[in-house]
Amino acid sequence: MSEPILALSGLTRRFSTGGGFLRPARSMTAVRGVDLQVARGDIVGVVGESGCGKSTLARLAMRLLEPSDGTIRFEGQDVTHLGGRALKSLRKKLQMVFQDPYSSLDPRYTVRDCIEEPFRALGEPVPPGRVEDLLDQVGLPRSFAESYPHQMSGGQRQRVGIARALAYAPDFVVLDEPTASLDVSIQAQIIALLQDLHRQRDLTYLFISHDLGLVRYFCSRIVVMYLGSVVEVMEDPHAAPRHPYTRALMESSFVPDPEARATIVPLEGEIPSPFALPQGCPFAPRCPRVQDRCRSELPQPTATTIGRVSCFNPIEA
Amino acid sequence: MLMEVKDLSLSIGKVALLDRVSFAVDRGQVLGLVGESGSGKSLTALALTGLVRRIGGRITGGSIVFDGQELSDLPEPAYRKLRGKRIAFITQNPMSALDALKTIGDQVDQVSRLHLGLSRKAARAHTVDILTRLRIPEAATVARAYPHQLSGGMKQRVVIAMALAADADLIIADEPTTALDVTVQAQIVMILSELVRKRNIGLILITHDMGVVAQICDKVCVLYAGRVAESGPVGQLFDAPRHPYSAALIGCIPREGMATGALKGIPGTVPSALNYGAECCRFASRCSRADALCHTTRPLPHAQGAAWVACHHPQGIAAQPEALDV
Repeated sequence: MSEPILALSGLTRRFSTGGGFLRPARSMTAVRGVDLQVARGDIVGVVGESGCGKSTLARLAMRLLEPSDGTIRFEGQDVTHLGGRALKSLRKKLQMVFQDPYSSLDPRYTVRDCIEEPFRALGEPVPPGRVEDLLDQVGLPRSFAESYPHQMSGGQRQRVGIARALAYAPDFVVLDEPTASLDVSIQAQIIALLQDLHRQRDLTYLFISHDLGLVRYFCSRIVVMYLGSVVEVMEDPHAAPRHPYTRALMESSFVPDPEARATIVPLEGEIPSPFALPQGCPFAPRCPRVQDRCRSELPQPTATTIGRVSCFNPIEA
Repeated sequence: MLMEVKDLSLSIGKVALLDRVSFAVDRGQVLGLVGESGSGKSLTALALTGLVRRIGGRITGGSIVFDGQELSDLPEPAYRKLRGKRIAFITQNPMSALDALKTIGDQVDQVSRLHLGLSRKAARAHTVDILTRLRIPEAATVARAYPHQLSGGMKQRVVIAMALAADADLIIADEPTTALDVTVQAQIVMILSELVRKRNIGLILITHDMGVVAQICDKVCVLYAGRVAESGPVGQLFDAPRHPYSAALIGCIPREGMATGALKGIPGTVPSALNYGAECCRFASRCSRADALCHTTRPLPHAQGAAWVACHHPQGIAAQPEALDV
């Protein structure tokens, strides 16, 4: 791999809550020692269930949250502790599209205000015609420039969110579940738009999602997270998974074909509380392939033919 | 037929929201009601449970026959005896369907005490039995817990338990797994499907997830802008959808082996109920097969293979799901 555009190493984020009168503080690790390298032009998908730390990872990579540990390198430069003006400049190259287009747009801003905002934030003049160009690129009529978010549907708002992220012509865009709140027909439109933009503008994406089917379609690499840790990285999104959790996720997504009805054996049990993680592998309490060792030792990532897996008893190829 | 809905029309104020919707579900069957947001799925559920009056809705035509009884003009006191006892309703969000101040047990007990006249003790035994059958570990302990102590998947199972507590014959489930994680969704979907077979009850499953439909439904009714676009057996709908909307909806789901760029979506959006035209196909403005006829004449449902299809230009039998250009 040539030099990665984004390299995360040992990235960790802890949160603590409570700590009042008679109440001890509790702490949880939302992201635990994540190592990830993203090559230019890649579409890396991060999947997992709620609480697995995928959105926290996105926010750490964006420098919207401060990491507790580890480093973030962007285009070779250590940006872990960048601040002030330098951080603002970084955001010209590193942008984000948020999950909920209903809360990520200011209801009192017109579409034009919204797309011009990144320029104003840096105190720079807006290049003439930029707003219209961006509206063209995201497939919205130019007349929308003077509209307000409440006049638009969810899909149209998400297009505005994408236009805003592209305002500065970034190299890297973090997409945090950009289609989770949309209908499937609109989701497909937005994914098609993101694919076109990726090709035309030579972008790199970090795509956060809970939908493994969508990630396998859209992404060139897949990172699977469970309770804050990366359990598997798949360089080939269509390969058979090695980690039992990835396989369970895959089997839980129903195929839209009544002929392919499977007798699904759902995972038993619930995701443990992140405040009281089990010793050893976090997946051990629900794992169908669990061994004694899994309950006491934390598996380290090992290379597989399709990527890497953190499991003592991975599924054979 | 356990429930047969025929030409159901419904308005709120002056706005007509459902226009001659028909479908039927029998015992041991799962009927999927699918469509995008704004297609009238949830409103249909409210109409079937008699709750639509509470939001100011009015049934303006058609009939709802449940086990031989006409429900469309049933007065509220009679509906109260039916609802919860013979027709159970599972809502989308288990977090808001449960009372935060009562224990799980008290809430499930209430159903069998009210509808089956069980004593306190018998009701609790019944509750624990149902919770156990829904594979809730340590059911007796869970019955003493409050909703905030349970996870989302657990809460949804409790809501299902409430639906089963009075031995309902028909369950109407409105997006029962939308708020849940995929592995938990798989558990709940399998539980529902098993219940229908084992207890020989009917299930109307409202969902926008075609994967779930393919997995457990026997029949599907595709709604679009308050009308039925296509309704028929699940096999034909997925193999050879006749209505361009059904085909487009199926084409929106990414599947294994799909080429990059194959996923196109459906251009435009569902029209607002204020702009529904009466004498046209409401899908015409988004449809690749539409012509002048579609914009001026309402397509009436007619038989196509095993399905009923409301389209002037239905797709042929061998047609593959067609991806529409944006």
